Amino acid sequence: MPVPDRIERVLELRHPPEKVWAALTTPEGLGGWFGSSAEIDDLRPGGQARVRWEQDEESTLYIQVVEPPRLFAYTWAIEGLPPSDPRRTYVEFTLEPTATGTRVTVVETGFAQLPDELTAAYEGNVTGWRTKLPELAEYLDAAA
Amino acid sequence: MPRPDQPDAEAIAQAVFTALADPTRRGILAELASHGPATATDLADRLPISRQAIAKHLRLLTDAGLVRAEAGERRRIRYRLQTGPVSVAQSFLAALTRDWDGPLDRLRDHLDQTQEE
Repeated sequence: MPVPDRIERVLELRHPPEKVWAALTTPEGLGGWFGSSAEIDDLRPGGQARVRWEQDEESTLYIQVVEPPRLFAYTWAIEGLPPSDPRRTYVEFTLEPTATGTRVTVVETGFAQLPDELTAAYEGNVTGWRTKLPELAEYLDAAA
Repeated sequence: MPRPDQPDAEAIAQAVFTALADPTRRGILAELASHGPATATDLADRLPISRQAIAKHLRLLTDAGLVRAEAGERRRIRYRLQTGPVSVAQSFLAALTRDWDGPLDRLRDHLDQTQEE
């Protein structure tokens, strides 16, 4: 059985969308539930936010969609892969007003993606080390 | 998502998890990861496993795409770790380690508390 590419959760909250929106898109909000602290550089597509947890863990959110108070989306690193890895998952929060508050739907997709140049990137690293290590040796030999 | 011109991610992950289920193969992969390419004889010297058993596991690891055989010095075959399949398996594991239930419970609590204040 395949592991899911997509994770989805629905949450019913007894608070208006504007308040939920603030919890998702302000440093005070994100730091209040998601992480232990948060910074938002620029709340617009292309902007970034950083969320910190204890033990110095930090994630960067690359903001994709900002449509207050309805839709907020970002991409972020896949757990287990280095933060610089180009593969990221896409997280989307959709807020819908209900009679009693707000329905929040969280969808995260992209877990099963294959990198475009899997072999090429690997070969690149191998070649990199193959050429760099001898270069280092040559440099040290020359300096000796 | 898998594309027609690439091996199915599911098949790659399956091969990786099967390979990693065996402690001897984990030992071989760990050795290649930490010390770089090695021959079957090198591995037999360093690990508490017979050369025959190592050769058998190296064949399986090669079939799974986790190691690649290449010509080494004096025409001895060296085995090199291939990280590509591992990173495909890793992205499968990521879906299982991602916890949304905890944070969403905290979002609810956070909003309830700020309401009461």
